[in-house]
Parts: sequence; C-alpha cells; structure tokens
Amino acid sequence: MSFFKRLKESIASKTDAVTNKFKEGLSKTRNVFTDRVIELFTRRQKIDEVFFEELEEILIGADVGVNTVMALIEELRVEVKKRKIEQPSELQPILSEKLMDMLRGSGEDAGLRTNADGITVILFVGVNGVGKTTTIGKLAWRLKQQGKSVLMAAGDTFRAGAIEQLEAWGQRVGVDVIRQEAGSDPAAVMFDAVREAKRRSVDVLLCDTAGRLQNKVNLMEELAKIHRVIQREIPGAPHETLLVLDAATGQNALQQAKLFGEKSGVTGLVLTKLDGTAKGGIVIAIRGEMSLPVKFVGLGEQIDDLQEFDAEQFVHALFAGMAAGEDSETSPE
Amino acid sequence: MAFEGLTARLQNVFGKLKGRGKLSEDDVGEAMREVRLALLEADVNFKVVKEFIAKVKEKAVGQEVMKSFTPGMVVVDIVNKELTELMGGTQAKLAKANKPPTVVLLAGLQGAGKTTLTGKLAKLLQSQNHKPLLVAADIYRPAAIKQLQVLGEQIGAPVFELGTAVNPVEIAKQGLQLAKEQGNDYVLIDTAGRLQIDEALMDEIKNIHDAVHPDEVLLVVDAMTGQEAVNVAQSFHEKLALTGVVLTKLDGDTRGGAALSVKAVTGCPIKFASTGEKIDQLEPFHPDRMASRILGMGDMLSLIEKAQANIDVDKAAEMERKMRTAEFTLEDFLDQMEQVRKMGPLDQLLDMMPGMGKLKSTPGFKVDEKQISRTEAIVKSMTGREKKKPDIINFSRRKRIAAGSGTTVADVNRLLKQFEDMKKMMKQFSGLMGPGGKGPKGGMKAMKNMLGKGGMKFPF
Repeated sequence: MSFFKRLKESIASKTDAVTNKFKEGLSKTRNVFTDRVIELFTRRQKIDEVFFEELEEILIGADVGVNTVMALIEELRVEVKKRKIEQPSELQPILSEKLMDMLRGSGEDAGLRTNADGITVILFVGVNGVGKTTTIGKLAWRLKQQGKSVLMAAGDTFRAGAIEQLEAWGQRVGVDVIRQEAGSDPAAVMFDAVREAKRRSVDVLLCDTAGRLQNKVNLMEELAKIHRVIQREIPGAPHETLLVLDAATGQNALQQAKLFGEKSGVTGLVLTKLDGTAKGGIVIAIRGEMSLPVKFVGLGEQIDDLQEFDAEQFVHALFAGMAAGEDSETSPE
Repeated sequence: MAFEGLTARLQNVFGKLKGRGKLSEDDVGEAMREVRLALLEADVNFKVVKEFIAKVKEKAVGQEVMKSFTPGMVVVDIVNKELTELMGGTQAKLAKANKPPTVVLLAGLQGAGKTTLTGKLAKLLQSQNHKPLLVAADIYRPAAIKQLQVLGEQIGAPVFELGTAVNPVEIAKQGLQLAKEQGNDYVLIDTAGRLQIDEALMDEIKNIHDAVHPDEVLLVVDAMTGQEAVNVAQSFHEKLALTGVVLTKLDGDTRGGAALSVKAVTGCPIKFASTGEKIDQLEPFHPDRMASRILGMGDMLSLIEKAQANIDVDKAAEMERKMRTAEFTLEDFLDQMEQVRKMGPLDQLLDMMPGMGKLKSTPGFKVDEKQISRTEAIVKSMTGREKKKPDIINFSRRKRIAAGSGTTVADVNRLLKQFEDMKKMMKQFSGLMGPGGKGPKGGMKAMKNMLGKGGMKFPF
C-alpha cells in the first residue's frame, strides 16, 4: 500500500473538523511549499545534481535549515543508489515519509503532561512577540471546553499593556487572572498565583511570562527564578514548560529552543502563526535537531484555532496536493 | 548581538583565503560555496544568496584579484562592498513632509514590534525637537491601545484613540485631523499586526493608506524572521508601496538574514534598527557599518558616535586620539570607564570593536558589569603616580592597593596584566584607525594578532 493511502486511512479515523482546521490553516504553506516540490518532481525527468540542488533550495526556502536539509538530501542520495531509483516520481513518497518520520520524532506522547493528583502548572516562555499571551488565552478556552477549572497568572509585568491583554482574554473565556501592578517581580506574581490556585484547588494554572531574547543573561536568570519559585511551591511543577515559537522565525528558533531549554527546562513547543505562507519547515528543523515535541500549533486568529499538533495531520495537510496526485493514478474514481 | 554566528563563519572562510599569494578560480569557488552556506544558515533568502554569490564571484575571478599581491584581502573587500550594497548602500533618513504634519504609517506581521516601535520612534523624534502624535489604530489585539497609551505616558507624547468599536480608517483620519489642529508635526499610526495573505486586513490597511496619504510607510520586520521575510516584504510592498523598513529585536543572537534580504527584494532601505527593550534603544541603520560588523571588522564609527552623544566633544576627541595612539594611562582608563558606562550596555559596545565578536564567543568570556565597579575601586586606590606609571607598582604597593579597594593582590595583578594587554591591543587598532592603515587590511591584521592570543580577556 502506498504511503499516502496509509496516511489517508489513518486520518480518516479523525474528526473532520480538526482535519479541516489543519487544511485551512496550512493552505498557504501548502501552496507555496508543496506546489514547488510537485512542480520539481514532475518537471525533471532525471535524478541528477541539478535536481538535488533545486530540491535543496526548496527545502531551505521553507526554513527547514541547512543542516537538516543537507542530512535529508544525503539520505535521499543513499536511497536512490540503494533502490536504483531513476525517476523523480519514485523518490517523492520517500521524501514525504522521511519528512514525516522527522516530524514524529521518537514517538513521545503529544498530549499535555498533567498532574493526576492536583494542580497542573503550565509555564509559557519565549522571545518577544511570538504570541505567548494569545496562546494562553486560547488554551484557557480549550481547557474550559474540556470542563477544567483554570487560573491564569499575569507574569509579564514588563511590556506595556501585557497584563491588560491577559485580563481581556480572561474576560473573554471566563477565567480569573492573578495579577500585580506593572513592573512588579514576576516571581512574586507566580508565588501568589500558585497559592491562589492551591486555595481554589483549580485543575490547571497557566503562567504567562514576559518575552525575552534568549541571549539576555539577566532576563534568562529571572526566568530560572520563576521556575524555581513554582517548583518550590508545588514539587514537580511546572508540569509543562512550553516554548512559544513564531512559525515565521528562521534558524534562530533552534538557538531559542536550546537556550530556553537550559534555563527553564522546556518540555515542549507551541508553534504560532502557522497560517501564513511557507512555514512548514521550521518544525522539521526543530524536530531534526532537538528532541522537543511540538504540542500545539496556532492556525488562525479565532479562539478555537489552537490545535494539538499531530504529525500525521500536518503532513497530510502539507502534502494534500501530492496525495491527490497519487490517488488519481492508483484509483480511477 | 545579531550576526555573530554569521561573522564567525565568514571569518573562517576568509581566514583560509588570506594567507594565499595566489588564488585560483577553484579557491574562490570553494570559498564562495562556504559563504553561500553561511548566508543560508543566517536565513538570508536563497534567491538573494544566489544573486549575491554570482555578483561576488564575477568580480572576484577578475584580473585585478589575480594580479594583486594579497588576493584574499581583495576578495574580502569585494564581499564587504557587495554586502553594503545589498543592505542599501547609504543610510536613509526618515521622510519629512513639505507641509507638516508628516504622516508615518507602521505595518507588519503580528508580534513584529509595531506598537513598541511607535513609542520608540516618537521618543527619537522628540529628542530632535519634534512633536509627534501617536494614533492607536490596532483595534483587534486585546489591550493594544492600552499598550500605546502607557508608552505615550512614559515619554509624554499624546495618544489619540477612539476605542475598539470604530473603524481604523476613521481613527487614522480623525487622528490626522487632530494633529493638524494641535500643531503636531509628526503623526505615527500604529496598526494591527496582519498576515500578508489576510485579504480583508490588507485591504483595511490599504484604505488607511488611501485616507491619510502617508509620507512614510514603514514595514516593521522581526530580525529573527526566516525565509518568510521576503514574502512578507513583497506582499506589503505591492499593497502599500513601502518607503522603508525597520528591523526589530536586532539585539538577539539572530544571524539577521532578514536584514540582508528585504532590501534586495523590495528596494526599500532599512531606516532604523531596534536594539533593546528600553524606549530609547532605536538607532539609524547604516548599511556600510553593518557590513563591516558582519565581516568582523568592527564599527568604530558608531562607537565614536555613541561616545560623542554621551560624552562632551573635547573628551571624545581626546579619547579617540588616545585610543589611536595607545598612550593612555590608568588615570585615563578610570576616567573613560565612567564615560563608557554612560554609553550603553558593555556587550553591545564590544560588538562594535573589531574582532570582539570572536572574543565574546570564547568559552568563559562574560561581560560582568559588577566587575567594572571592582576595577574602578582598584584604580581609585592607586596614587597619582601609580596611575601614570603602573610600572612602579611593586608588591608592597599591590598589597596596599588591594587592601584599599577591598580586593586581593591577585585581583590587582590581573588588572595590571589586563591593562598591559589592552594597551597592546590598542596599538593594533591604531593600524586600523590611523589614516594610513584604513581599510580591511589593517583590520584583518589586528584581528589576526588578537586571535592569536587565544584566551585573552577583555580588560574590564
């Protein structure tokens, strides 16, 4: 059975609504990235140096990153030799499969880690402007839909208007926000929030932090302190530390994952603004070089546009054009 | 600081070329392949890279390079010139309308930093004795208006808003009207972040554009943006006819490829770069200086300008002279340390010095502002004679100085050793800054010598 058929069948078991979200959200990514890949695979009659060079450019153009692309191309070269492949069309499913393997990683669970007997604390970190506060708002809504009681901590005491922004989300989704004045110590806010979360015995506490560039030593130390305070109040917390990444970010995302990982023990990623163009690549780059799973993706501006990441959905949406192309060949419906 | 990784990689490539007496076409080709990878890793758009490499190659395999005694230097020089060209050649200033107010429209993706930039730009304009009015036309993101109001309050600039229920086009129009009535000579319109593919929102900003006829349309671009930067710039340019670009978050450790791509694609100059979270950390963008920073040749001009802005002119001239001639004593050292601290965070200043990027990346190197206070205490515990002639500081003097400054003899020793190193280093810089030794040759030489020392620490 072909790779795409298997993929399709596995997708069929999932709800249409979610599949459509992925499809819509990624439609622009798909158009730019996949169209170019398809075009290349149909235009070139032979697998040669020029072919590999063009493929390399397309992948780099999608932010997959030089190292990952080089490794990927090398693997493809080996496959071509081993299987004696001559036609580009034979190579196409191999490429898709390799990309998917990379996205899936070592198969750790994609869902949120939760604390079975008490409060689950989720800390959000990231550079400026990636969408931490928005992600928290959307996630709060999502958790409420699942019938959980949620509390939010306004830990961004630095950026003008950040506390108000989180409060606006709080009102929108009906969740209380623990806050102090702008400019106060974020670790103190966390302390208050954890205490309050315990007192109300809520299910989930979502902690916002100020955006910070990963090379600012002092700000990163502040983050480590926030992490310590939460840990001291609830042993084992935060149960998830999610690094929020803007999907338009280039190779610097790897650096972010590395440095935030060192200071705040990042356990997973949230990829936001994935509804723009040409943006599948960075996920592959991060998966290729880090062992961090992508937990959520932001696929639009609506409140319900934050979705759990699903490698299968992602590749299916990304390669919908290709799969359709193969379908028409194998099954003349 | 941005570009660090790119700088390190390019220096490696050129290091290999430098020593050669002759360069074959293959040598250049090999180097260009590596430059290509370095640029791609830095997120420079692959199309831009292709063109750039082709241009450099064309020039580098020409007769002049082959005939030169130092072909490697000539290649570096070509790359330097092409990089400068790629980023726009000369510095571009903010537009000014013949008849005030000058209207500036800010556009960009979500989270690029438009609102923060609006505040910073207003602050910059205020420092040039202008009276900007800020217009809050982001009605979508929660608390965006509040954010602009807080910024306006911080710098004492008026903010015009009509809440979130009014159409942004109307807000912009009324804002402009108010500016005319109040006599504000600049109107800065902050807009909501939008994806370039969101047709409804792109039409909205087009309507704002048509309603207020801005003199300046600035695209705000996050310096960490990847290959996407080009698509974003192109789409916004098609819709709004951009007049300039502002790079934000350039104080991160991004390799900053976006900076190199957007100008090439849109033809719009990069007018400003934002280099920190404080409201006054916005600087005019100088392509030539940035190119020389990327190539690890430092940016003494910006450094000296910073000095001039914070230190009185006479002292700045004196400092430059002393740095150039390397005739500077511990007394000057102390005096200038205080001045230097006024200029900004040390690590940013270091980036402007030739070869410092490389130094900073050596393991264990850390810029510690507290260390400066300790150094200050040590120097202050010296007598006038000791400061002028550090050679006379023997062991018993060292002990006294240590006791007086609350440090140990080892600390004093280290400082004296570092001061000697620093003086040597300044001599090497003099080759770069003196009239005779200008250009990449002197800089490269100084760099080579400095790197040869390996584990050397910066004197602070």
